[in-house]
Amino acid sequence: MWEYTDKVQEHFLKPHNVGEIENPSGVGDVGSLACGDALKLTLAIDENEVITDAQFKTFGCASAIASSSALTIMVKGMTVSEAEKITNDDIADFLGGLPKEKMHCSVMGREALEAAIADYRGVTLPMAEGEVVCECFGVTDLEVIRAVKESSLRSVEEITNFTKAGGGCGKCEDRLRDLLQATISDTPIQPVQVEGPKRMTTLQKIKKIEEVLEREVKPALKKDGGDIELVDVDGDFVMVSLRGACTSCAKSQTTLKEYVEKKLREFVLESLIVEEAK
Amino acid sequence: MNCPENDVIYMDNNATTKVAPEVVESMMPFLTECYGNPSSMHNFGGQVGGAVETARAQVAALIGADPKEITFTSCGTESDSTAILSALQAFPDKRHIITTRVEHPAVKNLCENLGRLTGHQYRVTRLQVEADGTLDLAKYEEALSEETAIVSVMWANNETGVIFPVEKMAAMAKDRGVLFHTDAVQAVGKIPIDLSSLDIDFLSLSGHKLHAPKGVGVLYIKRGTPFVPFLAGGHQEEGRRGGTENVASIVGLGKACELAGKTMDDENVRVRALRDRLEEGLLASIPKSMLNGHKEDRLPNTTNISFEYVEGEAILLHMNRYNICASSGSACTSGSLEPSHVLRAMGVPFTAAHGSIRFSLSIYNTEEEVDFVLEKMPPIIAELRELSPFWKAE
Repeated sequence: MWEYTDKVQEHFLKPHNVGEIENPSGVGDVGSLACGDALKLTLAIDENEVITDAQFKTFGCASAIASSSALTIMVKGMTVSEAEKITNDDIADFLGGLPKEKMHCSVMGREALEAAIADYRGVTLPMAEGEVVCECFGVTDLEVIRAVKESSLRSVEEITNFTKAGGGCGKCEDRLRDLLQATISDTPIQPVQVEGPKRMTTLQKIKKIEEVLEREVKPALKKDGGDIELVDVDGDFVMVSLRGACTSCAKSQTTLKEYVEKKLREFVLESLIVEEAK
Repeated sequence: MNCPENDVIYMDNNATTKVAPEVVESMMPFLTECYGNPSSMHNFGGQVGGAVETARAQVAALIGADPKEITFTSCGTESDSTAILSALQAFPDKRHIITTRVEHPAVKNLCENLGRLTGHQYRVTRLQVEADGTLDLAKYEEALSEETAIVSVMWANNETGVIFPVEKMAAMAKDRGVLFHTDAVQAVGKIPIDLSSLDIDFLSLSGHKLHAPKGVGVLYIKRGTPFVPFLAGGHQEEGRRGGTENVASIVGLGKACELAGKTMDDENVRVRALRDRLEEGLLASIPKSMLNGHKEDRLPNTTNISFEYVEGEAILLHMNRYNICASSGSACTSGSLEPSHVLRAMGVPFTAAHGSIRFSLSIYNTEEEVDFVLEKMPPIIAELRELSPFWKAE
């Protein structure tokens, strides 16, 4: 059982500003179903750069919902440049603190805010341009360094609590330790050796695959009363499960290989292999 | 601490159970006046030793074992570690272990650590499960070899309640001269077990899953099975497990096993009916909900249901407002950042794995409680879906 403050409970049970603004000035869409939490923040910004309205939709645990609710209250009435200064610690403080394992929920709030402001300004966020360190949760070195600096992190465990990096397979722990050391001692950071073409993180792959399934594959299957669901992505293996009429269709294997795999190879990655999840 | 039990609707019995009042009563003398050491020479301690032997016979009777085959331990996890490590020491040249992807961490993490800590001198085959959580015995047959030191497969899964064919699997292992261990922590007391006619060499059970207290377990060791103790020490438990006996809890476990034998029919008829009523009601009243695990080959008390597009911890905290206790396989409740390894192994989509709730009932649940849960769940799920960016009402 997590120790949640009364304020977290209050914002979880009765969240403020739930919804989506029509014709928003900026949209911040972060996280994903696969990661277990996701936040869509919409902002209305007037001609004086004042945030007049903020609304959210969140998939996630109590602290993710409470952080989102808190964020919308905090930014309303602020100018964009004031809102830009909000840190994840500010969000956590507003809620009277979060359990340490849940700090990434406040980080997600700040990321959504940054994404929404970037969308409003029509610029790309620099964070996404870093080198991916944690493939499981798609966290870049720039994001890790920033969290270490902003929240004075001192261990790999703390980095995981704040950014989720290292919380999946754990393969990036050594790299995280190096980043932590380098950031604390303020030495220049060694770039990672990247072999061959730029790798996609599991998360990027999942997002892209979901997009392609939604756009290219599902409509065609639905015509025949079928459907498809992404189950898991493990390296190049894409596990899907067929739904509806597809489950009893004798041609389903052909559909998977000839149609789904072809589409995913065309639009996502040439090396993907589609398998039916059992 | 104050725990007003009457206000609580407890449907988390695969996590732990209420200690039966009869069990508490049986334990009290050993927490008060009967404090002698069972190993002592004097009568004062000796009679306590007698109570431990009575408990041993009660446990043996529930699972069709001989009392000599029962060794008391501190918990299910200790029993699991003892069995597996004993087999590896008894057959130092065999370097292969077979287990499944859906074992309890007590077995899963032990096997994974063994591989890693020994520089992968041990090869571990983790059997994959089907979408309904069942095993493919052909794959198991393929994996068995002369190299295999031990097979460890749970009798019933704690998250889905799915029952594995351990009787058959143990026989297949025996044919190849391989030892067989089963973690039966969730099965004992819920379904009939008769080890006298089976080829199972080791079986683990835990007191607190069958209305005895926490901190006591049992390892069944079939007569004639080579055995190397895990806890070296005194001569307690015939030298199989050092350490002064947890007498009160052992006596309680004995009583709980006696009670379980009597309530087994109730569990399999009335509790099963309650579980089915709950399951059918939830699936019917909540759209985009689905059952995880095989519908038939399952413990009578367990149902694991996914509510798509919402997250398990959030659901549990809303249920908590009504004092309804259950569990979730979501990442946020597991302490790790990834959802349940059991649901992932079954190929449950992320949309559903994060929103899975396990209800596990006991003989203490009532129809009124089930109906209360059936009334409260649909609005909770609807409310959370309103918040979810992935939910599109259809």
